[in-house]
Amino acid sequence: MAAESTLKNMVLCLSAVCLICAAVVGGAYAMTKEPIDEAARAKTTASIAAVLPEFAGTPEQASVNVDGTDYTYYKTDSGCAVISSTSGFGGALTLMVGIASDGTVHNTTVLSHTETPGLGAKCTTDEHFIGQFQGFDPKQKSLTVKKDGGDLDAITASTITSRAYALAVSNAVKVFNKLNEGGQGNE
Amino acid sequence: MSKWHFVTDGFVKNNPTFVLVLGMCPTLATTTSAMNGLEMGLATMFVLILSNIVISLIAPMVPDKVRIPVYITVIATFVTVLQLLMQAFTPSVYETLGLFIPLIVVNCIVLGRAEGFANKHSVGESALDGLGVGLGFTASLTVIGIVREILGSGSLFGWKFIAGDGILAFVMAPGAFLVLGFLMVLFNKYLAKK
Repeated sequence: MAAESTLKNMVLCLSAVCLICAAVVGGAYAMTKEPIDEAARAKTTASIAAVLPEFAGTPEQASVNVDGTDYTYYKTDSGCAVISSTSGFGGALTLMVGIASDGTVHNTTVLSHTETPGLGAKCTTDEHFIGQFQGFDPKQKSLTVKKDGGDLDAITASTITSRAYALAVSNAVKVFNKLNEGGQGNE
Repeated sequence: MSKWHFVTDGFVKNNPTFVLVLGMCPTLATTTSAMNGLEMGLATMFVLILSNIVISLIAPMVPDKVRIPVYITVIATFVTVLQLLMQAFTPSVYETLGLFIPLIVVNCIVLGRAEGFANKHSVGESALDGLGVGLGFTASLTVIGIVREILGSGSLFGWKFIAGDGILAFVMAPGAFLVLGFLMVLFNKYLAKK
């Protein structure tokens, strides 16, 4: 039933199939590029809106280097949303941390993580744990878990994830402080 | 003469998970909840149906010695298209399944059906076979996901009916093997009775 395998028709057939497939993938890429970018932008905008008090206008994207790491942040008139990444239990834990203009943490949200389902992954759903960061004033309290002498309750059985989360928030606070002490335009 | 049996075969007699024991990597890794299992199954079914159709169409023209590379190229194309579509239109699903979408390319079920069925059957039959095996895979993954979600998180399709934690081991790898093993026993016991 299959065609005979001569060098000529093997080369022809493989090339033809590859060409057609490449065209299909290329077409799909071109068609979905716009919606994919749109979805990524919508996600960023949504997470900025979730972590900051209500603001007017569009957030301004910029980046800053603090202690040898580059941080991307979004500046608005109600505060600053910083993307902060640390290593959790299973890999990178990336947060969007919103810091209001008065220097308190307004809210945090997880952008991506690879923590253990049911344990560390609860850092995205555990209301008590996430709630601790809302309105947290880093000048009054210490941004580490109680086990390390700080003021935060860790997620049960997920101290490493909780530490990473706290570290990410505290790095974001550092970014905010650097931005404010050095004035604006510190890019 | 009904062709319905091509669909039911894939569902029961050739059930990819419990009988053929193919595609174990996504089966074990993505069934942490019923919803994840269902989505992974549907994604695989999409690729399975389309690659079965195309491969049954081109099989007579493909020289025997290069058929595997040709099939893999076709499958990889559909997976890439699926991946782009998911990124564009269901970004949240894409995030949960992440790495396991591109891994559909090397899922033995897809190549297995191409090599074992589609290249010897007509387009219609191959499409039905893809549908059947795809549904079988989806159902198996969903059932494993349901059991693991109930035991591991005390919820079903995200609806929580037990406060607090479940038995965490069931959300993690050991639970995946346990649940798969027990379900495989049950399924084959039922088949043997028939």
